Amino acid sequence: MTTATGPTAATPSSTAVPSRITRITVVSAGLSSPSSTRLLADRLAEAVAAATAVDIEVVELRELAVDIGKHLVSGFPSPALRTALDAVTGADGLIAVTPVFAASYSGLFKSFFDLVEPDALTGMPVLVAATGGTARHSLVLEHALRPLFAHLRAVVVPTAVYAASEDWGGAGRPGDGGLAERIPRAGDELAALAAGRPVAARRTGKENGEKDLAAELVPFEQHLARLGG
Amino acid sequence: MQFGVFTVGDVTTDPTNGRTPSEHERIKAMVAIALKAEEVGLDVFATGEHHNPPFVPSSPTTMLGHIAARTENLVLSTSTTLITTNDPVKIAEDYAMLQHLADGRVDLMMGRGNTGPVYPWFGQDIRQGIALAVEHYALLHRLWREDVVDWQGSFRTPLQGFTATPRPLDGTPPFVWHGSIRSPEIAEQAAYYGDGFFHNNIFWPQEHTRRMVELYRERYAHYGHGTPEQAIVGLGGQVFMRHNSQDAVREFRPYFDNAPVYGHGPSLEEFTEQTPLTVGSPQQVIERTLGFREAVGDYQRQLFLMDHAGLPLKTVLEQLDILGEEVVPVLRKEFERLRPAGVPATAPPHPALTRKEASA
Repeated sequence: MTTATGPTAATPSSTAVPSRITRITVVSAGLSSPSSTRLLADRLAEAVAAATAVDIEVVELRELAVDIGKHLVSGFPSPALRTALDAVTGADGLIAVTPVFAASYSGLFKSFFDLVEPDALTGMPVLVAATGGTARHSLVLEHALRPLFAHLRAVVVPTAVYAASEDWGGAGRPGDGGLAERIPRAGDELAALAAGRPVAARRTGKENGEKDLAAELVPFEQHLARLGG
Repeated sequence: MQFGVFTVGDVTTDPTNGRTPSEHERIKAMVAIALKAEEVGLDVFATGEHHNPPFVPSSPTTMLGHIAARTENLVLSTSTTLITTNDPVKIAEDYAMLQHLADGRVDLMMGRGNTGPVYPWFGQDIRQGIALAVEHYALLHRLWREDVVDWQGSFRTPLQGFTATPRPLDGTPPFVWHGSIRSPEIAEQAAYYGDGFFHNNIFWPQEHTRRMVELYRERYAHYGHGTPEQAIVGLGGQVFMRHNSQDAVREFRPYFDNAPVYGHGPSLEEFTEQTPLTVGSPQQVIERTLGFREAVGDYQRQLFLMDHAGLPLKTVLEQLDILGEEVVPVLRKEFERLRPAGVPATAPPHPALTRKEASA
């Protein structure tokens, strides 16, 4: 995982709450290095950083692939995976990018989000994006990624970004609906939601086994009072 | 401080030779392990309760009653008794009967059970797990303390003028532990009643165990049962020992690698580093177990899982010899030396046991 401060971090835009830096976590499920999935993820992160003051953390799932498998089997995360899960649940906004494998998100991408605690992404602004060899799979964003995050009760921004190989050679003329247009639009949408998110909605980022047990405690009298009879 | 063993009762193929014991062999092996526990001076034998293969102990009081007849000092317990899917009326009766037969050498640990289909097989719904644990235990608690109970709830038929028989031995119900790995509601339940809290402490990082116990201690004091330090805490543990620690690692690795619960996941080295599993010399087990005390404070019961993952009975009995002869005597001395005045050494013993000790 790497941390970077966005290029405009020192000059918060009007959408940001002045007193804080918006925390954006990028999850990239690309498997090669360099990967076009990571390339798209970085472009999206830059677009968000251009719109508001951000701290950006990148979670490369490739580096956590074995730990993810072990967590699925053993029931608890390695320290490195715990840090990554905490970075996701503790963010103000999420950029989630996967390659398309067999007509959907990759198994690694899904396995990672299977390990996020239920409710930990409730209300989280999410920008979804995917990469593929051809444009034919672009609707994977709408039939796979958007429903996944809807299930997790996250708020998915309207613009989802798909990059096929050919898009990286697109001329980027105004009005063509290509990457050059979609990336800044998606970045603006996520920046507005994430920066506008009340600080109170921020999770501690400790939802994956470290939550504050005492703070969430329901006194036993209330359990008893709920009983029927 | 009490030391003992707890068993899941799994029938598992020995990965080193492909041999699978029959159910009959496994049941008899569990009895042999309990008898060995008494022979080597351990205090407690606890059996799990399961209603699906490959597990055999569906009827804990039958097994514990048999063991009671063949032992003198061993405390018979459970790990766990399913408070969700058993009828609390039947738990009240079965364990009161066992208490009489065992002359008070009985306590039990409540658990919810995490096997989805068991709930509908017994007419319940796993989504109601916590509510079932709350309502069923509230009824059980009354059945053992009130001679005549009128009761109405959500999950079983109402009771009018009901008396659970036999009444608890000498009017004192068995001590109850509540076991949970990750539900703070159960730590809260244990604290509310002033009962014991047991953390299985096997599959999770120790930090997690520490935080659950800390919550229980705070709430135990909140409900006025004593100071946080006086709360009654039990922990699980999992060890495999040989005098040369490298021999222990070599011998245990195939069982670890193929274990039903965590096999084919993290390596033995990662698992021993991240969880309380200890594979090594008796001295390493002593040091690790004393480390539990540093994490959760002075506690009252330590149970070890010794007989799972297909380990042959002969090996398990050897492990119990080492545990009873070389590990527990040192731990007893150390825990006793470190325990501050005012912190109980064990959960409250049944009056019948106190009498027995006085007349001995």
